[in-house]
This record gives sequence, structure tokens and C-alpha cells, in this order.
Amino acid sequence: MPALPLDEAGKYVAGAYVVFVAMILIYVVIMAIRLQRIEREVAELDELAARKEREESDHREEDDLERPDAARLSQDAGLEAPRR
Amino acid sequence: MHGKGLRGLSIATAATLVTAFALVFFYAPLDADQGFVQKIFYLHVPMAIVALCGFIFGGICAIGFLRTRDRKWDLRSYVAIHLSLILGVGVLITGSIWARASWGHWWVWDEPTLVSFLIIFLLYACYQPLRFSIEDPDKQARYAAVFAILAGAFVPLNFLAVRLAQPLAHPRVLGASGNLPSSMEFVFLVSLAGMVLLFITLWKYEMAAKQTRMRLKSLRQRLLSP
Repeated sequence: MPALPLDEAGKYVAGAYVVFVAMILIYVVIMAIRLQRIEREVAELDELAARKEREESDHREEDDLERPDAARLSQDAGLEAPRR
Repeated sequence: MHGKGLRGLSIATAATLVTAFALVFFYAPLDADQGFVQKIFYLHVPMAIVALCGFIFGGICAIGFLRTRDRKWDLRSYVAIHLSLILGVGVLITGSIWARASWGHWWVWDEPTLVSFLIIFLLYACYQPLRFSIEDPDKQARYAAVFAILAGAFVPLNFLAVRLAQPLAHPRVLGASGNLPSSMEFVFLVSLAGMVLLFITLWKYEMAAKQTRMRLKSLRQRLLSP
């Protein structure tokens, strides 16, 4: 087949390069969506870790409230305060 | 681990691809036979080469998995095949556009190069359904590795078979000496370098994303465990 004139060939060449650029763009968009999901998960885990920390500190406070009595009773009995 | 050096690699990839495309349109001479349409060659052929090499790389990583049973090799193999499939779609679309402009048909069924690439593409299109149809992760990785090795070995064999077959219409631009002027060859090599860099960059991005998700999953399990 003879070579196509520039105006007609240009459409095909542009089409091929646009397909390539579009593929890369779609890929970047997909990666961006995934990154957002990862960020969301990190935020969730952050919240989960903070909640766990709060729960642990609450438990510790509860323990501290209970332990002075135990320590006092031990001292009254002439024993050492229980070590944590 | 895979996210290391990604910024520099991304910049290098973008710079190489932009340079390659600038060279294609402002430096490479017009082909005497095909004219302006031949510019598709600088996109289509590097993409095809990188896709085929990516499939072979996937097979090599699969061998690494079967030898070591280390899941990171399986992940490497999976990501390489996944990216090669995406490039394969690009090869088929740009090839069809080039065929339409050069031969007047979107597809030529009696051309071995086209049909063989389609066979390879369809073969690898079965990889993901096969992989995700198996629930047990160990079994999944093992079966996927065997598939990747067999299919990876098929790629060079197929390439050789096509080379030995009588070409009907698809041009032989590589392998025979003296059929590509040095200026065209230079632009082609820059395009190929850009495409290789693009593959490596996307592969590293994909690996980094997958590993981050896996780490997040294990972190979640650790946090949720009493």
C-alpha cells in the first residue's frame, strides 16, 4: 500500500500515542485510588491503636485504684507491697 | 523496600519517555515506504519487547519462588505478569491502529507475528483467573508459579517459531542488518530504554503498594488480637 498522506496518517499516529498516554493516566488514577485506600486504612489503624492505648491506660488506672488498698493491707500485715 | 529510589526512577522514566517522543517527531526521518505512519513503530515495538520480556521475567521469578518458597518471589512474578498484560493490551491496540493505517485492515489473521502475540496474550489472560480461582494461598502461589514458568518458556519458543516462519506481511525490522538507518535505530533504542524504565518504575510502584497493604493487614491483625 502506498504511504498515507500526512493529514490521514496523523490521525492514526495520534490515536496510537493517545492510547499509550491514556493507559498510563488510567494506571496513575488507579494507583491514586489505591493510595487513598491505604491512607484510609492507616487512619483506621491509627484510631484503633489510640483506642487500644486508651483502654490500656484505663485498665492501668483501675489497677492503680485497686492496688493501694492491696499495698496498705500488705503493709498492715508486715509484708512488702506487691510489685507490678 | 521497593519504594526506595522511586522518585529518581520516576523522573528518569518521564525524562526518557519525553525525550524519546520528541526524537520520534522531530529527529527521526520519515520512512520512505510507510511515511508518517511508521512513527507508531517507536511505540508499538518497544512496548511489545518489554511485554514479552516481562512475561519471561515473571517466569524467572516463579522459578525463584519454587526454589525458595519465599512469597516475595511469587509477588514479583505476579506483578511482572500483571504489568506485561497491561502492556500487551497497548501492543494489540497500537498494532491494530498501525495495521489499519498500513494494510487497510485492523487485524490480519494469516500473519504469524500478530496471531502468535495474541496467543501469548490470551494464554497470560488465563493467569489471573487461574490464580484467583484457588483459595489456599500456598496452593495458589505454587500453581501460579508452574503456570508462569511454562508460559514463560513458551514466549521465546513462540518468538523463534515466528522468526522461522515465512513472514507474509508484518515487517522484520530487527535482526536483519542494514534495514534500519542509524538515526532511526538511535530513536528506537531511546524509546526502548524509556519503555524498560517505565516497566521497572510501575513494577516497583506496584510492589511497594502491595507490600504496604500486606503490612497494614498484618498490623491490623496484631492490633485486633487481644
